[in-house]
Amino acid sequence: MTHEIIIAGFGGQGVLSMGKILAYSGLMEGKEVSWMPSYGPEQRGGTANVTVILSDERVSSPVLNEFDIAVILNQPSLDKFESKIKPGGILIYDGYGIHKPVKRKDISVYRIDAMDTAMELKMDKTFNMIVLGGLLKVAPMVKLENVLKGLKKSLPERHHKLIPANEAAIKKGMEIIRQV
Amino acid sequence: MSEEISLLKGNEAIAHAAIRYGVDGYFGYPITPQSEILETLTLERPWDTTGMVVLQAESEVAAINMVYGGAGTGKRVMTSSSSPGVSLKQEGISYMAGAELPCLIVNVMRGGPGLGTIQPSQADYFQTVKGGGHGDYRLIALAPSSVQEMADFVGLGFELAFKYRNPAIILADGIIGQMMEKVVLPPFHPRRTESQIIEECPWAANGRKKSRKPNIITSLELDPAVMEQNNIRFQKKYEEIKKKEVRYEAYLCDDADYLLVAFGSSARICQKAIEIARAQGVKVGLLRPITLWPFPSEIVAEYAGKVKGMLSVELNAGQMVEDVRLAVNGKVKVEHFGRLGGIVFTPDEIFKALTEKLF
Repeated sequence: MTHEIIIAGFGGQGVLSMGKILAYSGLMEGKEVSWMPSYGPEQRGGTANVTVILSDERVSSPVLNEFDIAVILNQPSLDKFESKIKPGGILIYDGYGIHKPVKRKDISVYRIDAMDTAMELKMDKTFNMIVLGGLLKVAPMVKLENVLKGLKKSLPERHHKLIPANEAAIKKGMEIIRQV
Repeated sequence: MSEEISLLKGNEAIAHAAIRYGVDGYFGYPITPQSEILETLTLERPWDTTGMVVLQAESEVAAINMVYGGAGTGKRVMTSSSSPGVSLKQEGISYMAGAELPCLIVNVMRGGPGLGTIQPSQADYFQTVKGGGHGDYRLIALAPSSVQEMADFVGLGFELAFKYRNPAIILADGIIGQMMEKVVLPPFHPRRTESQIIEECPWAANGRKKSRKPNIITSLELDPAVMEQNNIRFQKKYEEIKKKEVRYEAYLCDDADYLLVAFGSSARICQKAIEIARAQGVKVGLLRPITLWPFPSEIVAEYAGKVKGMLSVELNAGQMVEDVRLAVNGKVKVEHFGRLGGIVFTPDEIFKALTEKLF
């Protein structure tokens, strides 16, 4: 089984670190993984994306032309990646950042109001973990225990006290995601 | 004991591997997309553990000349940069080839020419394998296509550099430098002691004993008759390297009707293009040069008699394709496909190019 995933949004939304935690979770699950960022002058406000591949086999190309799953956090990213989802694939978007309707009819579309929830519950620091929770609910590619192990591995030790808050955010995301 | 698996960027893997392979000194200057090498070394503080020197020089030119000095004493020293920075180092690299000094240079290529972009490219192939600096010299050029090879080739690069007293270079690019994958880091090798260095490097200028003549490290020789002899000696060494050190990987080549030839990150993207091709019943294989110099000409020539065509897939305007064509010598059609200036091709673009150019 292989999951080819693109996560895209504004710089500063935690796109790259969400991908990193997913990659670490895959590592803990014993999978082959690759994490390929769009690197460069992306800062808060610019666009950022990361390609994450989790697989039971050796990963060939870290660069892909189409994806099984797209996690989209702003409109420019939807415009760019909607056409690059494989037929039958999955699109997850955050309702806050998307104002034009999704056109594709041959994919499963899910909406997660992660930004609204994060602001409402004062969980804005863990916004990306709410999104990750939604992703894992829709496509349970790694077990929650391995995500927590992955979090531990990817966060510096001084931030380990934040793990429970991240876990709560992941569980919140699992609750609030819904199919469109 | 089971091996410890890490998830690292290619650049980070190089830094960790340098510490573990007992490197004595790293001299560099930051530039995207390879700054994590210096950053990781600084975070790891190897000067506290192995005694390795890590120094941010005032410029790329200073860094390569620090490498010249360190290498002259027989130490394992290295530098890293990205394309524009490596251009600045060319004088020092030519001097090191002329003075027969072993060292490791890392180039994590970005789009050029000039200051160019910071995105991935493979447009420094010519610079790496055809000279770069002045004079008749060669670099032992290794092209990693995974994070694991980024780590492993630090060890291999130093091994070959010291075996032949010649600079070695790791030619990577922004993809391999920035991506994270699983890697098993090498075990810790202690840095060599002074007496080990004296024994292994009898040519080094590391403090003369009365029992031997002074060792002189220089690329300067004003007598052309002597300089010709020096050059003849270099060429003999290069011929030996060509005979003994060619490395390549053949992937699904046995039954292939068409061959992709690609190195580094391009070879990874080609593997996916091959999956697409084979799913459509087109038998495509991949020949991946691991040493760009010495180039695996013999195996390329061998496959020229077996396949219907070859496509050299590079993130440049067509550089390695010249070496492929030289090896093939007109036996079969050889075409090039590339993207330029920091744009990376996708697997389906490669398959499309194959069908358009060779079918």
